[in-house]
Amino acid sequence: MNSTAHLTWFARHEFRLAWREWLAMMTGGRRRRNRAVIGLLIFAAILHLPAYAVVARYVDLRFPLDPSSLLVLTATIFLSWALMLSQAIESVTRVFYARADLDLIMSSPAKLTNIFSIRIAAIALTVSSMALLLSTPFIDVLVYLGGARWLAGFGVVLAIGLSAAAAAIAVTALLFRLIGPGRTRLVAQIVSAVIGAGFVIALQVVAVLSYGTLSRFAFLTSETAARIAPAPDSLVWWPARASLGDLEIMLLLLAIAFVLLGVVMAVFAPRFADTVARVAANPAAVTQGRARAFRSGSRQQALRRKEFLLLRRDPWLLSQSLMQMLYLLPPALMLWRSFSGTSTAIVLITPVIVMAAGQLAGGLAWLTISGEDAPDLVATAPLPPSRVTRAKVEVVLLAIATVFAPLVAALAFASPGQAVVTAIAITIATASAAAVQLWFRAQAKRSQFRRRQTSSRIATFAEAFSSIGWAATAALVLTIPTAALVSGLLTLLTLAIAWKISPRRG
Amino acid sequence: MTSELSALAVRGLTKRFDRPAVDALDLTVRVGEFYALLGPNGAGKTTTLRMVAGLLRPDAGSVSILGIDALADPVSAKQIMAWVSDEPMIYDKLTPLEYLEFVAGLWGIDPRTSEKSARNLLVSLGLEPHLNERCEGFSKGMRQKVALAGALVHDPRLIILDEPLTGLDALSARHVKGLLQERVRAGCTVIMTTHILEVAERMADRIGVIAAGRLIAEGTLAELREQNGRNDTTLEDMFIALVDTEAAAA
Repeated sequence: MNSTAHLTWFARHEFRLAWREWLAMMTGGRRRRNRAVIGLLIFAAILHLPAYAVVARYVDLRFPLDPSSLLVLTATIFLSWALMLSQAIESVTRVFYARADLDLIMSSPAKLTNIFSIRIAAIALTVSSMALLLSTPFIDVLVYLGGARWLAGFGVVLAIGLSAAAAAIAVTALLFRLIGPGRTRLVAQIVSAVIGAGFVIALQVVAVLSYGTLSRFAFLTSETAARIAPAPDSLVWWPARASLGDLEIMLLLLAIAFVLLGVVMAVFAPRFADTVARVAANPAAVTQGRARAFRSGSRQQALRRKEFLLLRRDPWLLSQSLMQMLYLLPPALMLWRSFSGTSTAIVLITPVIVMAAGQLAGGLAWLTISGEDAPDLVATAPLPPSRVTRAKVEVVLLAIATVFAPLVAALAFASPGQAVVTAIAITIATASAAAVQLWFRAQAKRSQFRRRQTSSRIATFAEAFSSIGWAATAALVLTIPTAALVSGLLTLLTLAIAWKISPRRG
Repeated sequence: MTSELSALAVRGLTKRFDRPAVDALDLTVRVGEFYALLGPNGAGKTTTLRMVAGLLRPDAGSVSILGIDALADPVSAKQIMAWVSDEPMIYDKLTPLEYLEFVAGLWGIDPRTSEKSARNLLVSLGLEPHLNERCEGFSKGMRQKVALAGALVHDPRLIILDEPLTGLDALSARHVKGLLQERVRAGCTVIMTTHILEVAERMADRIGVIAAGRLIAEGTLAELREQNGRNDTTLEDMFIALVDTEAAAA
């Protein structure tokens, strides 16, 4: 096989792996390829409806726009880029640390620079494909209603996908050089998580501090932002102009993205082998625990202690918790502001907190209930399964109480009634998330946490709808109590349906 | 033999997946016995032992552990039993001592007793230098030893091991075998599946051969030889002959 044929063959292999990994993610590892593809097509078709609702009103937009609209559009594109960067960093760390074929590749007589170049290209393609898939319904609607100029949107999505992948590889390689192989994985995971939401949270913080609202658009549409916005011919607006149909700029952006990716491939692919070898040489740093006497207590206490210890020592969870805390930063700031003013917007804090609690509880419940690394040990222990479950649910409730109690306590100073409603809603949202995890539990390793959503789509949606439902109900209790009754009943109905179709019913 | 005198008495144990995995199996293991359960891949050994350990619910049959009906009163049965699987399941983020503390806590053992016992076990398995290191960097052999120590820390009267020597080096395997024999001498009952027939030949008081979910031969090595009319053959030869005969009959 000549060099080109060899490269093509490896590229095919990489893309096949990427496709199967993606398919496994979509189907939860079950062999239902046809059903998954059909389901995906139906989902994509349905997605055109919300896409229509969101973008239909913008079909007549043309450059030049007013500064506020340009700012909102540019910020949205930048947010998409940040999310793709976050996903790409995750893919790169997986290639460095988790791909089982690295030993095989490293020991083969193939030219590693070429092989890793293809692998970088595969990461870029995967990230871009996912973005294209999600943006297609929106662009379809715009093209259908506004004409072919909107097709330029595909080029913009591809450009930001490729550039995000290039940036992710550079960031990870830089981290690797700065902090070494041992810590890169954890830090990259945290950076990836923070980047994804950091931009939105930063906008919210600015909005809270400046305008007393949690709306991220408040600052972007303000006069201050319009005043400091660059001139219309600035490079900053290129992505926005390209997405509005400026073909020339779109092609330029695409070319820049390709050049960026090419440079990253040229610079980093030759060093990839060295990086992978260094990771392999540091499989897991020896971490010394603290020697101390065995503690007494009940069997459930032993279980709870173990769960808390594992949660504390879980780097991924650390980054996830950090994310949840970051999401709480804007409402916390708003709470702080409300002490000095008479902001009625404080009511908005409750749904944000309840939503965050529900989401965090879902993750914690998965880790404690499904993510049991020694299921045989726990199942052969001399205590009834109900007591094991109870201990694990208690851990979730206690962890949520620890995280959210300070915020609720602060809220109690500003508005005692709202604090009570918030506390009750947090408890219900947490219990609901734990219940969903119990009904849909599927034994897995804790390391599979990132893929927990793929084990059951129904569970994922039930968990999300329950968090949103209880958040909305809590907000309505404070504003329109009658509507809260309807919202609460609908959320209960969602949970009842989830229970009815769950495999663990009864 | 009455069930009171048996460490394990299994009657009519049945489990079906796509096909019968365990087919109305009767099995009796005496107190203080080292019993080796042999069989080809997919014979039903692990399924049998998982049902005994309470990890799988049988479709039919009964399981009695030292006179306790394990299906009616699983908690009491589990209190005196330990299970070690071929794939060591331990917590990466805990140290061996923390893992054993957790196991002792689950079995409700007094911490003063269990701490001493845990340290002794880990030291006897050659893990002394790693007592306070997190298990995430451990080799499979080291993990298997931690799992075994976990099974022994609550001083069970019946130990069930599924391929416990897989992945262990010669020295570690010797440590494990020594520890198990020591337990048997102390009156504990050990039931073990293994594909290393030499281990069964040298360690087991009695050997059971299972194929297609049924016990096709059982006894001491001498009894098995007698049953097969081959006084000078090795266990390996007998095992292959038994399994071949069973396969031909099927």
